Amino acid sequence: MRLAVALISLAAASCAWAQESRVVLKDAPGKDKVMQCVACHSLDYIQMNSHFLDKAGWTASVNKMINVFGAPIPKEDVEPIADYLAQNYGKRP
Amino acid sequence: MRSRSSRRSFVAGLASAGALAALGLPRRAIGAPVGSAAELGFTELPDGALDEQSLYALPGKLPLIKKTFRPPNFETPVEYFRTPITPNKAFFVRYHLAGIPQSIKADDWSLDVAGDSVERPLKLSLQQLRKEFEPAQVTAVNQCSGNRRGLFEPHVPGVEWGVGAMGNAVWRGVRLKDVLARAGVRSGALEVVLDGADQGAIDKTPDFVKSIPVDVALRDETLIAFEMNGEPLPHWNGFPARLVVPGWTGTYWVKHLVSVKLMSTPEKNFWMSTAYRLPRGLFKTPTFASQLYAPNEPITSMVVNSLVTSLRSGQQVPRGKTIPVRGIAWDGGSGIDAVEVSSDFGGSWQPARLGKDLGRYSFREFALDLPAREPGALVVMARATAKSGETQANRLIFNPAGYHHNVIQRLYVEVV
Repeated sequence: MRLAVALISLAAASCAWAQESRVVLKDAPGKDKVMQCVACHSLDYIQMNSHFLDKAGWTASVNKMINVFGAPIPKEDVEPIADYLAQNYGKRP
Repeated sequence: MRSRSSRRSFVAGLASAGALAALGLPRRAIGAPVGSAAELGFTELPDGALDEQSLYALPGKLPLIKKTFRPPNFETPVEYFRTPITPNKAFFVRYHLAGIPQSIKADDWSLDVAGDSVERPLKLSLQQLRKEFEPAQVTAVNQCSGNRRGLFEPHVPGVEWGVGAMGNAVWRGVRLKDVLARAGVRSGALEVVLDGADQGAIDKTPDFVKSIPVDVALRDETLIAFEMNGEPLPHWNGFPARLVVPGWTGTYWVKHLVSVKLMSTPEKNFWMSTAYRLPRGLFKTPTFASQLYAPNEPITSMVVNSLVTSLRSGQQVPRGKTIPVRGIAWDGGSGIDAVEVSSDFGGSWQPARLGKDLGRYSFREFALDLPAREPGALVVMARATAKSGETQANRLIFNPAGYHHNVIQRLYVEVV
C-alpha cells in the first residue's frame, strides 16, 4: 500500500502525464528491492525486456543502471534484484 | 476482421506450415496485438514487450504505441506511414532520461553558442534566430538508431521498438552553419557538441549530450529547426528548437536544444563513447573520424530500408483480384534508386513504381499490384536499393545494441 502511494505521488510529481501507476510488477520475493528502480524510470522497462534475459543478462542490466546511470542501489541489493528479475521476467526454458 | 476458422484454413492452406518454418520463416501473426511485428512479416517482439504495450495518447498526440511511460517512448502505428509525410500528432516520441521539461515558454528559451573553437560566444533568443538568419527547410526522415530493435533475433535489451520509431517531416528553421559563422569558426574545430534541456532524474546520470563532426554540422541541410510540417515543433518532438541532421540517425537530432559548442577535441561522455556504437566496419556507413578512439565506432547515417504498409501477414486476397503492395523506402541520404517486389520468396523480382521525389532524405513511396492468380500462399517481399548502390539485408546483420535493422520484410498472403 505504501509503495502504491509512493508510486502514485512520484508519478504525479515528476510526470503528470504518465499513467505509469497502471504498470504493476509480479508479486514475488525481492519485489520491494526492485521498486527502487522507479526513482529513474517506469517499471514497464522491465516487462518490455522480457522474457529473453537470463540471470547474467539481468545482472548486467542492473549493474549498468548503477555503474553508468548512477542508480543509488546498494551493492547487496544487486543479487536479490537480479534473482527477482530472472525468476519473474527472465528467459524461459 | 478475419474469423477464427478462416485463420485455421489459412494455416491449412499453407499445406505445410512446418516446411515454411524449416525455411527459417518468422512466425505468422495470430490475433494481431497492438504493434505486432509478426503481423508485418517480421520476427515478433519479445512476448513481454508485446503484452505490455498498448495505445496511449500523450497530451497533444494521437494514441501511439506506448513502450514506456517514463521517460516516454512511444511508437507510431503503421497506418500513419501510408502517407509520405508523418503527421506531427502521430510522430514517435523518444527520450533517454526522465528529467524532461514539463513545458517550455518560447520567450524564455535561448541557445548558447560557445566552445573553444568559436571566436565569440553568443546567446540567441528564438526571436533572434527567426529574424536574423535566413530560413531554411528540408524534408527528412528522423529514425531512431534502434528502430526495429525488438525484431532482433536473438533479442537484445533496450527499448524494444517495432517498425514505428521513425517519421518523415518538413523541418524548417535556420542553418546550423549560419549560426556557427556568426560565432566565428576557428581552424582546428573538430566536433559540434549538442545539449538539450532534458536531464536525468538524478544528478549522477550522464546528461544526454551528443556531438557531430564539424563537416556534417556545416552542411547546408543541417538545421536548427523550430517548425515541423508548418507548425511549431510539438513539445514531445523538441519544442521550441531541435537539431535536424538529415541522413543521420535520430540520436543526433537533439531535442529542446539549448547549447551548441564548437570544440577542438572529441566529446567523450557516455552517450558518445559507449552508447550508440557499432562494431567497427560492420556497416558501410560513413565513419565519424574523431570518435575512433575505441575498438567500436559511433553509428552515423541510416541504412537503406523499406516498409510495406498495405498488407498484413496472413491476409487473404480473393483469387482474380490484385495484391496491393504499397509502402515507403528511405536511406541515409543518397536517395532511393529502386524498390523491387517478389512474390516467390525472392526467386524473382519486379520493379515497383516510385512515388513523387520529395528529396533525397525523405520517405519515397512505392507501389505495385501483384496478380492473385492461383489459390495458395505467397510470400511477398519488398527490397529497396539506394542510389549509393546499397540494398536491404536478406539476413539480420547482428550487433549487440540492436541498430540498423533493415532485413527484408516477408509477408504471407493467402489467395483464396
